Amino acid sequence: MLGLKLYMAQRLSAMVMIPLTLGHIAVMIYAIQGGLSAAEILGRTKGSVLWFLYYGLFVLSVSLHASIGLRVIVHETLGLKGRALEIFMWLSGLLLLAMGLRALVAVTL
Amino acid sequence: MQEMDVSVWRGDANGGGLEHFKVPARDSQTILDVVAWIQQHADPTLSYRYACRVGMCGSCAMMVNGVPRWTCRTHVKTVLKDNAITIAPLRNLPVIKDLAADMDPFFDKWVAAGGVHHPTRTRDEPIEILDPKTPERVETDTGIECINCSVCYAACDTVSNNVDFLGPAALQRAWTLYLDPKDADPNAILDAVSGKGGCHNCHSQGSCTLHCPNGLNPMKAIAGLKRATVSSFFKGGR
Repeated sequence: MLGLKLYMAQRLSAMVMIPLTLGHIAVMIYAIQGGLSAAEILGRTKGSVLWFLYYGLFVLSVSLHASIGLRVIVHETLGLKGRALEIFMWLSGLLLLAMGLRALVAVTL
Repeated sequence: MQEMDVSVWRGDANGGGLEHFKVPARDSQTILDVVAWIQQHADPTLSYRYACRVGMCGSCAMMVNGVPRWTCRTHVKTVLKDNAITIAPLRNLPVIKDLAADMDPFFDKWVAAGGVHHPTRTRDEPIEILDPKTPERVETDTGIECINCSVCYAACDTVSNNVDFLGPAALQRAWTLYLDPKDADPNAILDAVSGKGGCHNCHSQGSCTLHCPNGLNPMKAIAGLKRATVSSFFKGGR
């Protein structure tokens, strides 16, 4: 159900997410100290290649990590297997990717 | 003479239920003694499996009050609750009849996990001398006293929820063979434990280690296999 490749994809995406999550939280706390409004924050993220790459990588990692995790949970708790399990994993990953990219585009482009 | 209330699972692959027996309590009585008493004095049709009676052969494991145990080395006094005991066939395995579980899936997975030795020499060559003090050998020594009782397999929730999972005992066997310098094909073992039912499915809950009657640590062995496969992944091996 979970071979070496999926295991590695999930672990590596987790390693990518750890610094990104800490950076995200740190910047959020820092940014609101001076009372920045949403409009002011958007003013800084829009058009920024750096933030586009930062959150783009975040969205990719989350989609990869969460869809593999959901695959395990759904297999072990609901018994979904075979082709249905593959389709579920890919659909959940693509859904997360689409939602994440939509937010990414709205905030950085 | 004081009697205990003993509930024993009776049935076969098609289903069954608990039957109740009154069994005389004795000093130094084991669960296997209780089962044997029922078969000899109350119902000769009761089926169960045992061989050595001294904790060496791994034949007599059963669920005792819902916990997998080697029944020949489990004293009644350590598990008796409100003067009652419930005995059932091992979890996670098909039932043949009554307390006798079908061990085939358990042993099939030993083979599937690469548990067959791949020799480096033939019988005509001298035996390879190993240094017992190497780190690999010291680590191997912690995993080779397995008696194949399937207690860990019955304890494992991942086995319950994922029928393909090879299970703690088979993976521990694979780990000790992987470390063995006398095994000619460690990569075949890594391949065998990297499939869809392989070591990467283990959630490290540790029930195997908690319940192993010989005090082994299959969870540690599985972690070793995970490390070995990850390192071979980065080296481009698989």
